[in-house]
Amino acid sequence: MSNPGEATYDDIPGTTVFDARRSRQGYWLNQFCMSLMQADQRAAFKADEAGYLDRFPMTPEQKQAVLDRDWNRMLEVGGNIYFTAKLAATDGLSFQQIAAAMTGMSQQEYAEMMLRGGRSPEGNRYTAEWEGTTHG
Amino acid sequence: MARIVAGVATSHVPAIGAAIDNKRTHEPYWEPVFKGYEPSKRWIAELKPDVVILVYNDHASAFSLELIPTFALGCAAEFPPADEGWGPRPVPTVKGHPELAWHLAQSLILDEFDITIVNRMAVDHGLTVPMSLMFGEPDAWPVNVVPLAVNVVQFPPPTGNRCYNLGKAIRKGVESFGQDLTVVIFGTGGMSHQLQGPRAGLINRAFDQRFLDGLTSDPLGLTRLPHVEYLREAGSEGVEMVMWLIMRGALDDQVEEVHRFYHVPASNTAVGHIILQNTPAVPA
Repeated sequence: MSNPGEATYDDIPGTTVFDARRSRQGYWLNQFCMSLMQADQRAAFKADEAGYLDRFPMTPEQKQAVLDRDWNRMLEVGGNIYFTAKLAATDGLSFQQIAAAMTGMSQQEYAEMMLRGGRSPEGNRYTAEWEGTTHG
Repeated sequence: MARIVAGVATSHVPAIGAAIDNKRTHEPYWEPVFKGYEPSKRWIAELKPDVVILVYNDHASAFSLELIPTFALGCAAEFPPADEGWGPRPVPTVKGHPELAWHLAQSLILDEFDITIVNRMAVDHGLTVPMSLMFGEPDAWPVNVVPLAVNVVQFPPPTGNRCYNLGKAIRKGVESFGQDLTVVIFGTGGMSHQLQGPRAGLINRAFDQRFLDGLTSDPLGLTRLPHVEYLREAGSEGVEMVMWLIMRGALDDQVEEVHRFYHVPASNTAVGHIILQNTPAVPA
């Protein structure tokens, strides 16, 4: 599929831009997350996670990522953060908790990084800058 | 005639709303944030606008992936606060201004901005947090609101240049409205932040400062920033700042900077806020 913007932002490290490719791939994963906006649906999901996921034509990888609460993997298979955040809310997790999880830091380490002014853009602009270093 | 007299830009971090709703504004973590808005509350209470045109983005609350309007103008009489997964924020229902909103919709479409007309829309933290920051915690909001929801969730959002020109068209629409109304336009979202992936937590103070400076004195320069620069420099969610350019486009080329505030962090985000005023603020 043609994607005129593709080359320009795929070299940003640790970042999944929710573009046309991912929106098409992740449609049902995200619509599943959207269903969790309703209390009765949240209850049904919590009562039987795998069974509830089978109501949506999601791929096995997408279902597994949800069951594993693998927040980065969900993004890789088409999830959008504002949608996956609804799954986090269903679990009673704050946005900062899942942000920390996606960076591989503890919540406390992440919160302290934010208090120190956040993650610097220095060394974090291009994928080449991350090669040979450990992130996430 | 109706007239836009000033513009307000502000972040709309959900955790700020939660801090207000849970009475945590005096905690050391939050106190500096709310202090930064005290002059703003006084300024707007004195100005007493009739209407706020509030540019914001929905965060998968009113719009799922079923329907993704780039520009959606709220024309309803009222807009309920959205349930974002933990119950709606305990804030007043937002009262619209259907006459002005419909007038704007017609004016914009004939001006070749093909916006979406929305008659039913719950409004999430993107709209209600700026209301709380500027108006505090009243029993009823002291202004009518015309919401303008901009897609920044599905890439690509509109360009900064398109947003700036939409602002100009909004101004034209407001000025051709028959009633005498004092209007303030809000541009919300930002500043630098990234909520997703291993690079989450990115903050770029230098970028944010340049953006605030440019907003006052070189908005045309900002309209030339490509999306990739926002993504790379200000984080994947920093691209929300294109919405500030709608506000800026609706103001005079030369404006007076009334107030500016910048603070890191509010949860995952750099809080930025600026008030710009046309001169004279209130037409004689």
